[in-house]
Amino acid sequence: MYLSKKELNHFKKHIIPIYKQDRSPLMPVLQESQKLYGCVPVEMQELISTEFNVSTAKINGVVTFYSMFSLRPQGENVLGVCTGTACYVKGAKRLVDRVTEELNTPYGSTTEDGKFTLADTRCVGTCSKAPVIMVNDDIHGSVSSDDISKIINKYR
Amino acid sequence: MMIKLKINDQDVTVKEGSSILDAAKKLDIYIPTFCYDERIKGEGACRMCVVEQKGSNKLLASCAVPAENNMEIYTDSDAVIKARKDVLELTWASHPNECVVCDVNGDCKLQDYMYEYEMNPEPRFKGHKRTYEIDESNRFFYINQDKCILCGKCVRVCADLQGNEALGFNERGYQSFISFAFNTGMDKSNCVSCGNCVSSCPVGALVEKRRIKYKLSEVSRTTTTCPYCGVGCQFELLVKDNRVVQVEPLNVVPNEGLLCVKGKFAYKYINHPDRLTTPLIKENGTFREASWDEAYALIKEKFTKTKKTFGPSAFAGLASAKCTNEENYLFQKFMRKTVGTNNVDHCARLCHASTVSGLATTLGSGAMTNSIDEVKYNDVIFVTGSNTTETHPVIGSYMKQAMKNGAKLIVAEPRRIELAEIADVFIRIKPGTNVALFNAMMNVIYHEELYDKSFIQEKTENFDNFVKKIIDFTPEMGAKICGCNKQDIIDAARIYASGNKAAIYYAMGITQHSNGTNHVKSIANLALLCGNVGKESSGINPLRGQNNVQGSCDMGALPNNFPGYQKVYNDEARRKFEEHWGVTLDSNVGLSLPHIVNGAYNNVIKFLYIMGENPIVSDPDITHVKEALSNIEFLVVQDIFLTETAEYADVVLPASTYAEKDGTFTNTERRVQKVRKAVEPIGDSKPDGVIIQELMQLLDDHDTIMTAREVMDEIAELTPIYSGIDYDRIDKQGLQWPVLGKEHPGTKFLYKEKFGRGLGYFTPVDYMGAVETPDEEYPLTLTTGRVLYHFHTITMTGKNEEIQSIVPVNFIEINKKTARKYKLKDQGEAIVYSRRGETKAEVHITDKVGDDVVFMPFHFADGANMLTNTALDETCNIPELKVCAVEIKGK
Repeated sequence: MYLSKKELNHFKKHIIPIYKQDRSPLMPVLQESQKLYGCVPVEMQELISTEFNVSTAKINGVVTFYSMFSLRPQGENVLGVCTGTACYVKGAKRLVDRVTEELNTPYGSTTEDGKFTLADTRCVGTCSKAPVIMVNDDIHGSVSSDDISKIINKYR
Repeated sequence: MMIKLKINDQDVTVKEGSSILDAAKKLDIYIPTFCYDERIKGEGACRMCVVEQKGSNKLLASCAVPAENNMEIYTDSDAVIKARKDVLELTWASHPNECVVCDVNGDCKLQDYMYEYEMNPEPRFKGHKRTYEIDESNRFFYINQDKCILCGKCVRVCADLQGNEALGFNERGYQSFISFAFNTGMDKSNCVSCGNCVSSCPVGALVEKRRIKYKLSEVSRTTTTCPYCGVGCQFELLVKDNRVVQVEPLNVVPNEGLLCVKGKFAYKYINHPDRLTTPLIKENGTFREASWDEAYALIKEKFTKTKKTFGPSAFAGLASAKCTNEENYLFQKFMRKTVGTNNVDHCARLCHASTVSGLATTLGSGAMTNSIDEVKYNDVIFVTGSNTTETHPVIGSYMKQAMKNGAKLIVAEPRRIELAEIADVFIRIKPGTNVALFNAMMNVIYHEELYDKSFIQEKTENFDNFVKKIIDFTPEMGAKICGCNKQDIIDAARIYASGNKAAIYYAMGITQHSNGTNHVKSIANLALLCGNVGKESSGINPLRGQNNVQGSCDMGALPNNFPGYQKVYNDEARRKFEEHWGVTLDSNVGLSLPHIVNGAYNNVIKFLYIMGENPIVSDPDITHVKEALSNIEFLVVQDIFLTETAEYADVVLPASTYAEKDGTFTNTERRVQKVRKAVEPIGDSKPDGVIIQELMQLLDDHDTIMTAREVMDEIAELTPIYSGIDYDRIDKQGLQWPVLGKEHPGTKFLYKEKFGRGLGYFTPVDYMGAVETPDEEYPLTLTTGRVLYHFHTITMTGKNEEIQSIVPVNFIEINKKTARKYKLKDQGEAIVYSRRGETKAEVHITDKVGDDVVFMPFHFADGANMLTNTALDETCNIPELKVCAVEIKGK
């Protein structure tokens, strides 16, 4: 369980009614959950399933299909080392290793303190600055391994 | 409108909306497919069925693209062949190519097409191989994602046909895979283990767990009829070395390729080591094995002595709704002709006796008026007293299909059953208050003038008297008695009356009451009032519980009826049987099942013959039944296992299962279907029909042992509603009675022109509660029922380990509030008692039942029926199994 009973109740009382009459409410409702709680976990999918009479199999299919949804809460900051072609040849692999070592959590997971989520990131379109690290909406270019701790500390 | 097109230069005409693949099939042109299923709209997911259209440079997925006028299609042009080879090559490259050790080796479409298209087994590409863990959490089948070709057929079968939506796609691109929601293992999902995904998987991704290894080339296949519920699903038994190793559904009426968990997987009882393989004789309280000659000699001795001393009325026989029509016919013939008594009955007394009496007097006969197939085309479905998705799963799936097509669903039940969750109106009524609900609904329909005036005028009688009964019975009064919301009654009435194809489906929740006949008559009133009967997809449909309970009633295994409901007291009917059988027959109605049990208890019945029934579990007030059976002088039990009842026998005769014999079952839609022998009788067991005939030879002048086919010919000769039935006619597809002659096509739905009795009869019916209602001493209402996984008294399903592990023990459903009163914990134990006895049950706390109402399945020995009430319906002698007052010991 990632969401409390209170959060689920709030969602049921205030968010779901907005979409009750919609013909295809699934996507906007899922987006609301993602926006509000940073995720669409199993318990939320079950709630949506009951409220809209859509099977959990279908909902989970949508949630896992789109990368904008996540099953677990994201950390306060989402950090991604670009592993697109340009960044890769400029040594993104080393940055990935350093980041996972620095944050002590495997790629794709969230740190225990909930500060950072390491997100799989493909080309972000700023190849001239390769290798690139993205933290939330900020782009850090021409990063070397030694810059990593400085970048991370900025967001701690 | 018809569409004309050309396929491979041949002209073909098809209905508008048909796919190119449909058109090709019409010409017998073969197109390979993975994801296509003729029962579901094509999706073109696998691209194996591509064809070329002249003038277009794009290949079309023939299963998904509708045929259009003037199309010129080529199904095996160079471009088509190349595209299919590409599909195969890419699929093969991502597939673990371990055919030689695969369970479905030889039964795999990928393998077939690789061979057919002469593909190189060494893939040119290094495909993305998946390495998922095999999900073995389901007890009956495993899912191997690595072998999945992602055609999505299972997802659509589960959603569109079965109606469960347990399966879905997960992730995207290379990562995508089929799973149950959240991918936490199949057993954590809402999967009901029907296995319909397993039956439709074209490769080795969804496969039944096998205990015995076998290859397709090693098995023989026999088409037969499922031995579980009354739907009568058709399937093939796959047999290796005289063992049933798999069940494959057939895409024919009535099940269209669907099965439930029992039909698909619960076949392991057939070859179970506990099967009775030799006769047993009880000596000094213990059984010893005996030869058939010894057993027969003992029966003859007791038979002769009892008959001489006490006459034929000291005998009684219980036939079996699990045996074939032919065997039930022979059994009642044995009782009536050889023994000379009408004391013959069977467990239909406990399930639909009130249907037979209630519908016969109001409409004409006690059977489903519609066909199973018609469920799909209902626009309003009213389910009451039936937990359809569990007790008649395929009909339940058809209801869900109808709802996908826009049908409205009304459910009136004491429990929040699965169908209640998706119903437009769900009314949770107190057990046994159905008549109050119907009267209140009819009050609304009458006052809002929603009833069918011309239908009532032309086809019914006694309307005015009936109206007097309901005119003042307001929805408020109904709501008060039923313990529900008044508005729900009004909504239900309006929805039901608005349907053009409205049908009622009911079962034991209606019939098992001390006023069960009136419950049924009240349902008939409702249908007559709205003119919702006698039409296609519109009628009254009692869902019969056992595979052949319809047939055993049809065959006259009843104390008042010869085969075909011809009365024993009707001189003309009796003379016909007397002439044919060459004896004088008793014209008095015999004892019904509860009176046979009482007769045994009171020393009136001295000799009881039970064929394949288990009254020690199925009948109300078990303590009484046990005393009765202990008291009896001589008890013969003929069964496939040493049942709880057989323990009480003096002689036990080993019978063969349905898989070991020929015959017919009549399903709930009156369809007489073939049962075919797939394995040789286990041990020294014999088919029930053979045993009965051997006894007739021994005790009577019965000459030869007739085959099942010959018995059916005799049945047809003597039974008007079966007169057109013979084995040749029902070889491919069963016929629905009445079949009034060899040219008669059978009857899809009843009462098209007029009712069986002429005019439909409105019966004024008052609401009368159950005999035993809660009081201070016994403050809870117990209602009983069935669960998906078990069948009747568990004799068969309990011999399947996997099934048994899902529902291993007796349980009681109780809601949170009531459980708190008794300080009961979920999964804990409760001791429940009534005026008649007590039983233990595992506590299941659930919001399915209302306050102070508890539910218990009747399947378990010394379970619910230790508590149930023997109060009888006067007309039909059905006991009030559905309602009694109980108390739980505070722990």
